[in-house]
Amino acid sequence: MATFIGIDYQTWWFLLIGAVFTGYIILDGFDLGAGALHLFFNKEESRRIALNAIGPVWDGNEVWIVIGGGALFAGFPEVYATMLSAFYIPFMLFLVAIIFRAISIEFRSKEPMAWWRRMWDVSYSISSALIAFLLGVVLGNVTQGINMGADHVFRGSFTEFLNPYALLTGVTTLALLMMHGAIYLVMKTENRLYAKLTVMVRNTTIFFVIMILLTSFYTLLYLPHMAAVIRRYPELFFVPVLMVLAIANITRQITKRKYMFAFISSAVTISLLMVLVAMELYPNMLLSKQDAAYHLTVYNAASSQKTLGIMLTVAAIGVPLVVGYTTFVFMTFKGKVELDEMSY
Amino acid sequence: MNVEILARIQFAFTIAFHYIYPPLSIGLGLIMTIMEGLYIKTGRKIYEQMARFYVRVFALIFGIGVATGIVMEFEFGTNWAVYSKYVGDVFGSALAAEGIFAFALESGFLGILLFGWNKVRPGVHFFSTVMVTLGSMFSAVWIVVANSWQQTPAGYHIVGKGLNARAEITDFWAMVFNPSSVTRLTHVWIGSFLAGAFLVLSISAFYLLRNRHAHFARISFKIALAVATFFSLAQLAVGHSSAEVVAEYQPAKLAALEGHFDGNKAADMFLFGYVDQKNNQTKGLAIPGGLSFLTKGDFKTPVTGLNDFKPEDRPGAVNFVFQTYHIMIAIGMFLIALTLYSSFLWWRGTLFQKRWLLHVFSFSVLLPQIANQVGWYSAEVGRQPWVVYGLLRTSKALSQAVTAEHVMFSLILFTVVYVILFILFIYLLNKKIKHGPYDNHNIDHSPRHIEMADSL
Repeated sequence: MATFIGIDYQTWWFLLIGAVFTGYIILDGFDLGAGALHLFFNKEESRRIALNAIGPVWDGNEVWIVIGGGALFAGFPEVYATMLSAFYIPFMLFLVAIIFRAISIEFRSKEPMAWWRRMWDVSYSISSALIAFLLGVVLGNVTQGINMGADHVFRGSFTEFLNPYALLTGVTTLALLMMHGAIYLVMKTENRLYAKLTVMVRNTTIFFVIMILLTSFYTLLYLPHMAAVIRRYPELFFVPVLMVLAIANITRQITKRKYMFAFISSAVTISLLMVLVAMELYPNMLLSKQDAAYHLTVYNAASSQKTLGIMLTVAAIGVPLVVGYTTFVFMTFKGKVELDEMSY
Repeated sequence: MNVEILARIQFAFTIAFHYIYPPLSIGLGLIMTIMEGLYIKTGRKIYEQMARFYVRVFALIFGIGVATGIVMEFEFGTNWAVYSKYVGDVFGSALAAEGIFAFALESGFLGILLFGWNKVRPGVHFFSTVMVTLGSMFSAVWIVVANSWQQTPAGYHIVGKGLNARAEITDFWAMVFNPSSVTRLTHVWIGSFLAGAFLVLSISAFYLLRNRHAHFARISFKIALAVATFFSLAQLAVGHSSAEVVAEYQPAKLAALEGHFDGNKAADMFLFGYVDQKNNQTKGLAIPGGLSFLTKGDFKTPVTGLNDFKPEDRPGAVNFVFQTYHIMIAIGMFLIALTLYSSFLWWRGTLFQKRWLLHVFSFSVLLPQIANQVGWYSAEVGRQPWVVYGLLRTSKALSQAVTAEHVMFSLILFTVVYVILFILFIYLLNKKIKHGPYDNHNIDHSPRHIEMADSL
């Protein structure tokens, strides 16, 4: 089996795809969070500022899920095919929500009528919240596993994705991204809107802390396999410890009004949550509820060594480029939002 | 209806709708680049005004293109799971390369293109315009490579049997440069340039007919006409070489394109006609032996016909393939005539004096759009019954976990959403065109102006 710096290609791709999805949740996460909070702003000017805070970057952020989907398709076609056909309904709703989020941002500013803007505000906010919620629902189902047999074809019912645990992870993800989005917006705003957002940051943080506590208890009680690795390797306990510290640091930085550091802590929290999930799943990617022998793993679901190798080359060239110009774009639009004639 | 038909309708509908937008983005990207390049070179305000106006039109088109494009990427997995597993090793690397090299490039720089006019220097802005255009062109590269591999597979071997069979790459570059990818990519690019050029021609002709923004419209018209004339002619040569590849690698498709049944006879080339599939014959106006001449260099040489294939290995809808293919060619020929004649008038200095010609141009935006659509219909329906030519049948490529009710649900969902989207798109595009170019000198940057904008 081919390796790169002592790690086999399959594991590399497991890590890389995990990193891309983490990048998506951190980057598009603040867009989605800002969108979910949108209807809490009452004035037209506040809504425009909130929208233009993500205006120049949301499209670039959304691309991360396209890259992640493409990489999953290429690296682990079995997982891509099984997961998408199993979660048919949630993914279709997800796609429709992605369309509505995009066109709401685009279309809102094109007409001055109040009803027109209100209509797109509602559609923008609901679709953003729905995307965040569905991401959590899918994550909740991935951690529980799905009904699939030896042929890796989903045999369950299409309503089983709406189980209590998945609903819980859905709401937790929504809470996490609302907090993340509120912290992003508070960095981009001034004056009265800033003051309003400081309150929203506090409230969403409390909401998230409650939800993550509930999810953690539920996971430990009912999904013991999601703590098996830490039980086996107690030294890995530092990951959840770091996560709790990161969450604590969000509240600390918020109190000190250092929102940049709060945002970084919130990004670290998201990353550590993903690390926890990845650590407990590996080497599995999609669990079978029927039998552990039917799990899709990084080894039985991967593409050929040759393809994984080609893609590593592609990633080695592409990723630094993407990171480079993404940083450039973020630097261009850094600082507080200023509305001009090209704004949404 | 069964899952296969519904899933095919859903894929055809979502991809056809999506394909309204990317060719316009690619083509308009090229024209924006020329306009902004002229501004950088000459410093004349009129070019900046043109670039700014068409960037706004571009933003609307690009936004819908991205939103409907994400659907396509995930639809492979939701509706065509067996296909996804089969081609993942080959197709996936192209799709991943597309995400990282193309989409990330265009979406990353889009922010500066749209919102960076006052934030960065003109040179940096121009660079962003070029990057967005290149990004949209690169995105065509990988998706056409993947589709061409489905038409003319190369650089792979088959591993496993039955439902577990899949194609694995043996030679990456042989896969990328499979026999049809270069000609088909060029064909797609040129089709896109024409779509963009004719959008600009159409908008400019509309202004000239209404006698609005006349100076702006004349210069835009000439830039677009130069692009359209060059690429209409180029498309003739590229289209021809694309047909040669079909002749060599996909004989059943070629036979369907010209409605040719009897493999012992020379093949005719139809100008128009009708395929009577029941009686295995095609009627219409044809150049006798024309297809034989184009593919074999001789009017008498027999060409493989549909009768040489078992019924289950032939495309089902032969007349559909025949008609869509001939509509594409007819439009291509008309565009050549239209642009050559207009260029002649331009040279004579009487280009804008014929109102009937401007009327033709104001509706001409539809022609490359229709040609791009029907061209793909004939390419994809002509490939049937295969999803990967000669290797995987469409009927075997479906998701086993998905039922007809689910596909029906999502099909209705997408139909409703896309109809709303299309109505809004036309409404907003029309509004933007009617508004016309923005006069830079009248833009007031004082705070009062911003407050006024907010109170809207």
